Amino acid sequence: MSKVKLNTARCKGCGYCVEDCPKKALSFSGNINDKGYDTVQVDDSLCIGCGTCYRVCPDCVFEILE
Amino acid sequence: MKLKAPETVFSTAGFCPGCGHGLASRLIGEVTEELGIQEKTLAVVDVACCSFDIDYWRYDTIMSAHGRDIPTAVGVKHIRPENPVFAYLGDGAAYSIGMAETIHAALRNDNICVFVVNNSVFGMTGGQMAPTTLPHQKTATSPLGKDPARYGTLNVVDVLGKMDIAYLARGELVGAAGMNNCKKLIRKAFEKQLAGEGFSLVELLSPCPTNLNMPPVKARAHVHNEMTKFFPTGEFIDKGGKV
Amino acid sequence: MSKQLMKGNEALAEAALRAGCRFYSGYPITPQTEILEYLAKRMDEVGGTFVQTESELAGINMLLGAAAAGARALTSSAGPGFSLKQEGISYLVAADLPAVIIDVMRIGTGLGDIAQSQGDYWQLTRGGGHGDYHTIVLAPASVQENCDMMETAFDLAEKYRHPVLVASDAAIGQMVEAVELKEFKEHDINQYDWAIRGCKAGQEPRKIQNIYYTDPEYPEHLRAKYDAITATEQRWESYYAEDADVVLVAYGISSRISKEAVNMARAQGIKLGLIRPITLWPFPVKAFETCKNVKAFMTVEINILGQMVDDVKLAVDCKYPVGFCGTFFGLPEPDVIIEQALAMLEKEGK
Repeated sequence: MSKVKLNTARCKGCGYCVEDCPKKALSFSGNINDKGYDTVQVDDSLCIGCGTCYRVCPDCVFEILE
Repeated sequence: MKLKAPETVFSTAGFCPGCGHGLASRLIGEVTEELGIQEKTLAVVDVACCSFDIDYWRYDTIMSAHGRDIPTAVGVKHIRPENPVFAYLGDGAAYSIGMAETIHAALRNDNICVFVVNNSVFGMTGGQMAPTTLPHQKTATSPLGKDPARYGTLNVVDVLGKMDIAYLARGELVGAAGMNNCKKLIRKAFEKQLAGEGFSLVELLSPCPTNLNMPPVKARAHVHNEMTKFFPTGEFIDKGGKV
Repeated sequence: MSKQLMKGNEALAEAALRAGCRFYSGYPITPQTEILEYLAKRMDEVGGTFVQTESELAGINMLLGAAAAGARALTSSAGPGFSLKQEGISYLVAADLPAVIIDVMRIGTGLGDIAQSQGDYWQLTRGGGHGDYHTIVLAPASVQENCDMMETAFDLAEKYRHPVLVASDAAIGQMVEAVELKEFKEHDINQYDWAIRGCKAGQEPRKIQNIYYTDPEYPEHLRAKYDAITATEQRWESYYAEDADVVLVAYGISSRISKEAVNMARAQGIKLGLIRPITLWPFPVKAFETCKNVKAFMTVEINILGQMVDDVKLAVDCKYPVGFCGTFFGLPEPDVIIEQALAMLEKEGK
């Protein structure tokens, strides 16, 4: 069960979440969104739903589900 | 713990990757929703990068003249004292062209919140030197680095630190801890306005990757490692509480 | 209501309150400071807000906030201070906001001095600040008109969502005359939906901004507004203009002296007349259609460049000569006006 939902259309690939994720669950996906940015992806097996990514994201990409 | 972007924030689309404005805008949205004042809050935004927020926030909003956000917000507050009113502006607006307006609103202890996004440069015009540019920092108008013998670096706490205002604080929009702290400061500023305590100014140290010519994560590290040396974070005036 | 003696500037201030104005923000500068001083006391009495700001810039931008929040808001200045107001006037226009700004004109370019002048005509009627705009400009000629015009100024400002300027001068500002004041009128800050007050869930937020340029209908909106004002709001007074050989054109304090000149000339059998623009913009072009016998026009102004001459030439399609009787530091003299009018007539007769 995924603990985090990503709206990658809003992602600008700044990398704050990738750097700050305490479980290294986030990485760049290589998928380019409509704006032309390399977007982030989550490894659900590592994610603990701590909310760090939500807090440091300037573009409201993340929703923590539980 | 469920976390979802506040309804109050429609978008952050216009800001550059890694820009602190997206972070500051979201925090203000979160705080007003948590305080239950989002339907009454009135915003005054500056021109330039701040002005994007007129389309991004679900507040009735004025886009003011550059650096005149604070008197404009004061005018609004006088007519609608029951509504929370805040001014949202950059360091160029608050400390360069609008320094007189900033000081005098503080002198009058006008009951508004002022949120200053300090990224050490003029952002929208392409990264020119600001009063907050660090010594020796290279910008579009200090190509060899800001010469401290010719241009000082302004710390707002030196200017407002002894004034009889409700609240003066600074946080950094860096990392989860920095964001949690900034949110606390913003919340406190609104609470002081709601309690009628008067003028609050919260400065938010912000990365401007585009004009610092750095990737976002490096720009953010620069804020944390270099800017905070000149602009220490903390609470400097807290009339109702203790500092 | 019985008449009372009032100073021109104080009459403007009291009349603004009676028109429902409850917000003033401004800065001292002679010869308009009585407006501040009067409102510093009276605003409290009527439950309004008076703020002495740190500068004219803060004054006009604080007024912008109050206007956006729905208040009838006033500021005033003179000379160099009025130049500083231009930033905010341009923003008020761009944001479609109503407000009233008084210019008690004083002499001079740069600092100048505190004596009366009509040297701000171009600044008042051409826009004055940056950008592509006009503002409605009302020119009172007496203390009584100061009392009567403030309500009109606020009404017009709200009718068109546009700033209205009141062009007074040091003479009218400082003189004391017997006046009759209007009754108090209430203004509701929620009267207009555009005024910011908070955005309920499900509503569109109100935006007071100045960037509508991506809206394809914006140029038409602007043209329609200026066309409507030009067509509807021209105001003037005609005095013996219909059969006059020479028609004087003068506003404010100069118009009163010109009226005296017309009376003196008529007593001597000289057919002088007067058109007194009450709106400087829109310029009362329609007034000139009534001059059936005219040989020449002559503006009477307190400035050295004859700033209104061009507007008169445009009003009459350059079909008649337009002269200029100007003074600089002093007021125009009726006998000098008559002398110059006769000289024009003689020149045209040749």
